[in-house]
Amino acid sequence: MSKSSFIDALIASVVMLILTSWLLGLQLDNQPDGLRIILNDAAHTTWVIVGVVLVFFTQLFKAPISRVFSGIKSKGQDSGFKLPAPEEKPTLYRFLTIAALAGLLIWPFVASRGAVDLATLTLIYVMLGLGLNVVVGLAGLLDLGYVGFYAVGAYTYGILNTYFGVGFWTALPIAGCLAALFGFLLGFPVLRLRGDYLAIVTLGFGEIIRIMLNNMTEVTGGPNGISQIDKPTLFGLEFNRRASSDEATLFHDFFGLDYSSNYKVIFVYLAAVLLVVLTVFVINRLLRMPIGRAWEALREDEIACRSLGLNPTIIKLSAFTIGAAFAGFAGSFFAARQGFISPESFTFIESAIILAIVVLGGMGSQVGVILAAIIMTILPEMAREFNEYRMLMFGLMMVFMMIWRPQGLLPMTRPKMEMRNG
Amino acid sequence: MSEQFYYFLQQILNGVTIGSTYALIAIGYTMVYGIIGMINFAHGEVYMIGSYAAFFVLAGLAMLGIDSLALLLIAAFALSIMITSAYGWSIERVAYRPLRGGNRLIPLISAIGMSIFLQNFVRLAQGSRDIAMPSLITGGWTIGPADAFNVTLSYMQVVIFVVTFISMTVLTAFISKSKMGRACRACAEDIGMANLLGINTNKVISITFVIGAALAAVAGVLLSMYYGVINPYLGFMAGLKAFTAAVLGGIGSIPGAVLGGLILGITEAITAGYFSSEYKDVVSFGLLCFVLLFMPTGILGKPEVEKV
Repeated sequence: MSKSSFIDALIASVVMLILTSWLLGLQLDNQPDGLRIILNDAAHTTWVIVGVVLVFFTQLFKAPISRVFSGIKSKGQDSGFKLPAPEEKPTLYRFLTIAALAGLLIWPFVASRGAVDLATLTLIYVMLGLGLNVVVGLAGLLDLGYVGFYAVGAYTYGILNTYFGVGFWTALPIAGCLAALFGFLLGFPVLRLRGDYLAIVTLGFGEIIRIMLNNMTEVTGGPNGISQIDKPTLFGLEFNRRASSDEATLFHDFFGLDYSSNYKVIFVYLAAVLLVVLTVFVINRLLRMPIGRAWEALREDEIACRSLGLNPTIIKLSAFTIGAAFAGFAGSFFAARQGFISPESFTFIESAIILAIVVLGGMGSQVGVILAAIIMTILPEMAREFNEYRMLMFGLMMVFMMIWRPQGLLPMTRPKMEMRNG
Repeated sequence: MSEQFYYFLQQILNGVTIGSTYALIAIGYTMVYGIIGMINFAHGEVYMIGSYAAFFVLAGLAMLGIDSLALLLIAAFALSIMITSAYGWSIERVAYRPLRGGNRLIPLISAIGMSIFLQNFVRLAQGSRDIAMPSLITGGWTIGPADAFNVTLSYMQVVIFVVTFISMTVLTAFISKSKMGRACRACAEDIGMANLLGINTNKVISITFVIGAALAAVAGVLLSMYYGVINPYLGFMAGLKAFTAAVLGGIGSIPGAVLGGLILGITEAITAGYFSSEYKDVVSFGLLCFVLLFMPTGILGKPEVEKV
């Protein structure tokens, strides 16, 4: 601890004081005689003091702290947990996959209803994460308006069901195709742009979709959204207490069971598992096809790709379209699970959460993305009492994850050969 | 002169007012992008914090019984610029500097995280409701016939024009005349080379963030007084619009940011005036897509040559 680090710490604390004291310590209040400043409660003031003291001491002992951290880091890089690629240990992978699938299928029959419902939501995020992983993680295209395709899928099912009485399983492929079409139409002009331009155009697209949904009141119900969307059926068997029409057969009647609302929740969950497994399978196959290799090659070096005779526009467009299709599937599933959709569910924050899932998991890594989706949906539920601080923590976590572990939780590995030294 | 003409003139005036504040925010994006090639996603939140600082200063001085308009304005600008500069500097220090030199996606994601953090920080500290303040500068000139539709140019709009013009002039002088400005231009040209030639690039990057934040504060003071209402969420849309303006004009180019801001503001005002104000955001993003289709680097952007 030298004199200069003391001065640095002092400066940092003063800056911290400038940043936070007025926002936390005081509060603007609209009073009848005009705008007034009032003192905030003591808790907020304590936060300022805690923050300033914390900043002072971390700055003062920056050198020893960073030495400790760098020690951990260098150790971690040697023996850090890295998932082997499936090609390296196929038997291990096959065993793990079967075990995970069996667990997923048995679990809803022993878990509570709320937990199964939460698991369904998690699976929707897994699907979204896997879809965006194709675009961002594999093809390296930054898409900040992914939620737009999600909304297209949800509203496709919502509108088809409400106005034309189309069932979930019929609407699902339509929703996927329509979202893919949107992706194709958006991608066609914008994929020639450089990465950052693409980010802003897709962000704009997501906002356009949301604004349209909000304002086309005759079709989409505007801010009120669409409600009473039908749940999925099992080959035409409904899960309601009473049949919706005379021809409809009920699940519990058909199998001679007593009515229980649990069946519906479990069925929706199992349908989600089916969709996720399909998604994982399809993307896994795509990855091994020439197109999947081309995505990754393009992410690594566009010029090299071009010189090897690959057409970047077509490759990007395929990634963009396929990613959008998965968002469409997830969207229509979301609509079926909630039974209610409104533009509120499709804000930019949702895009940011999905992007955070991809990044947190490790871009390109499927297992990582699945893990991250589970963490990102379960953690907020566990910390219900901190619900108010949820988004605050979420933003902070995004920043610190990028600083400490930019490669994600389980970075993707490819089988590779290395030169041995000496 | 027909009534239609006056109506059109009014939309143009409104558009230029909004557009010039977009331009002020857009400069922050474009300068940062020009030097380190990243989108400072948290810039919109800096603008929002600038608006809050302005309201605090104005309300505080009003409580002390000071009602001299000039004093109020100067204090609001000075304090708000000081506070947002501290924010701009700290954001770069905490969220971007440790990430320099890696994958381009990484600082962008960190920036999105920072933006979410700041928005929720202000929401938790100040509440999510709207805070309103009666406008300090009232009145204006009317042009045109007294019995039919006439054009109103409010004093507040004049203040916005004048302040924006002064800020732009000061910025141009700083960039083209001062030693630090020359260093900024050198870094925008080639940051590695500038570093080799003994320019303190870390300092230049910090200064860029501070300038961007200061201009965002100016926009924050002006717009919060113009609309008279603030809330913690206004940074997102304003930031998005300003970034659209920066891309429209060609990101990295300061005159481009100004041009893009004005075009965007006028487009929005005309859409709101003639079609519907709900769809004005749709039209402005549509315009962006349309322009990028034909000019992939924006209106004044230089085509980037990639070297292997």
